[in-house]
Amino acid sequence: MSSYLLTAENLSKVYPGPKGGEPLTVFDGVNFGVNKGEFVCVIGHSGCGKSTILNILAGLDDATTGAVIMDGKEVAGPSLDRGVVFQNYSLLPWISVFKNISFAVKSRWPKWSKDEVYEHTMKYIEMVGLKGVEHRKPSQLSGGMRQRVSIARAFAIQPKLLLLDEPFGALDALTRGMIQEELIKVWEKTNQTVIMITHDVDEAILLSDRIFLMTNGPHASIAESVMIDIPRHRDRTEIIHHDHYYPIRNHVVDFLVKRSKELNDTGIEQQGQEQAFHYPPEVNPATGQVTEVKIDTDPSQVDDTRIANLR
Amino acid sequence: MLDRLNVRAAIVSIVFLTVLLGTWELANQPPEQTEALTEYEMLMGGSAPQARVPNPSEIGLLAIEELSDPFYDKGPNDKGIGLQLMYSLYRVLSGYFLAALVAIPVGFLIGMSPLMQKALDPFIQVLKPISPLAWMPLALFILKDSEISSIFVIFICSIWPMLINTAFGVSSVKKDYLNVARTHELGRIKTAFLVVLPAAAPTILTGMRISIGIAWLVIVAAEMLVGGTGVGYYVWNEWNNLDLTSVVFSILMIGFIGMLLDLSLAKATKMVQYVE
Ligand SMILES: Nc1ncnc2c1ncn2[C@@H]1O[C@H](COP(=O)(O)OP(=O)(O)O)[C@@H](O)[C@H]1O
Ligand SMILES: [Mg+2]
Repeated sequence: MSSYLLTAENLSKVYPGPKGGEPLTVFDGVNFGVNKGEFVCVIGHSGCGKSTILNILAGLDDATTGAVIMDGKEVAGPSLDRGVVFQNYSLLPWISVFKNISFAVKSRWPKWSKDEVYEHTMKYIEMVGLKGVEHRKPSQLSGGMRQRVSIARAFAIQPKLLLLDEPFGALDALTRGMIQEELIKVWEKTNQTVIMITHDVDEAILLSDRIFLMTNGPHASIAESVMIDIPRHRDRTEIIHHDHYYPIRNHVVDFLVKRSKELNDTGIEQQGQEQAFHYPPEVNPATGQVTEVKIDTDPSQVDDTRIANLR
Repeated sequence: MLDRLNVRAAIVSIVFLTVLLGTWELANQPPEQTEALTEYEMLMGGSAPQARVPNPSEIGLLAIEELSDPFYDKGPNDKGIGLQLMYSLYRVLSGYFLAALVAIPVGFLIGMSPLMQKALDPFIQVLKPISPLAWMPLALFILKDSEISSIFVIFICSIWPMLINTAFGVSSVKKDYLNVARTHELGRIKTAFLVVLPAAAPTILTGMRISIGIAWLVIVAAEMLVGGTGVGYYVWNEWNNLDLTSVVFSILMIGFIGMLLDLSLAKATKMVQYVE
């Protein structure tokens, strides 16, 4: 299991409480690993800390405890190795679609010539079907088009890991479906490693290899990693006919409706006890198989190995 | 639709102007010569013309005369209005751009650094409310030059709106944009020029627009104080000559140039404006 591209080790986030109040532990004991080329979705109720985890992975926020290790190095601050797509697109409104992408390409490959930057940028604009509107400002595009620009920008820098925070949350169902398909196409072409947050169960099943299920906060954690063994290439209209689709869907929905809260309650009762350090068990709802995943590195030694790496 | 509104507004404006000027012209006729001339007046060769507010027609005639040769120079007390305005503009623009050169970088610093914001705030709070003309004696004493002193007064009055707006614009750049810069590993300089400056530009330009307005207000007063050249001096000089027609004409010219300055900054603001 040391083949993981990225591991999160014992992450927690604690906000100091209001004056005199209890500090707020949003989540703790968050552990997981993501393989190279994998598409992972994270599902959980609003407020359980998904965005916070994603920002920590991106290096935009700091965890209270724990570390994120990518390629054997601890993540410290943002980097072009980790591309981010935010829910609100985060395009720069004063420059054109083309420039929104080309500035990212330029910062990724500073030595490239003008032509190289142009060609690379246009390639990704075409990939998301926006050729012809590249000279418009973001404000002149629909929400769906803007999110495509944002996706194109993130893919164009060819990061080792792509992080998406509810990228389709603000889009209508029709647009959402179209962009999901575009995302699948681009992902299949690039073999990009992706971690994506969503609250849409069907979207998660359509896109991911695994779905991380988060319990409710406070003290949220990742309870299970659900295997989606439906073969690719997946299609929105056909995937629902696959034998495994409904078992998976029911399992995830059941988790969100019932178990996310129950697990959290038991979790709070166990507070104060030594938190077990383990990856979430891998669950295959279709076969009913549950695989415990061992961690081969002892977290207490993580810091030492890292110091050794630095030397 | 908008065009029709504009046309109607223009018509209403012209109607107002005509009514105003017409009433003014009719209500302000020179008094009839009723009384006989006194002996003294006869000795002096007729009565001295009573100083009175000029009529629009007189102002119009003067305007045509002045504007047909605006740049003549017949010694210190007789220069064309265009030339006087050029002097004033030169002072305003020099002081203003010097102020921008200081205010924008310092504003950036304050906006970026909460420490600097807190450290410099007391200075700004005390210096800002000082009437710019109150600096004039000190400036004249230290700089020993009325020209440079006027420029300094313009500098000091136009610095505050630019400084405060720049600091505010920079400190309120959306976190999303800064995160874009961070995730793309932009350095400090690149972040400043590619993200912070364009994001804050509309606010900065608004400050610059306020400043140019204030500078143009202040230059007239400053030139009345120091004399010599400029449109402020011109107004005061014509008042001393009791030439009220020229006074009113130059007032209108001051308003006109002020409007042009404001329009050009409004245009520049529009150029950097963006829709989120
Ligand atoms: N600065 C902060 N101070 C205190 N609590 C915060 C702060 N920022 C976020 N939180 C809390 O952290 C929790 C997780 O937020 P978030 O990661 O945005 O959740 P999600 O993305 O899963 O909806 C929320 O309950 C929120 O109230
Ligand atoms: Mg969120």
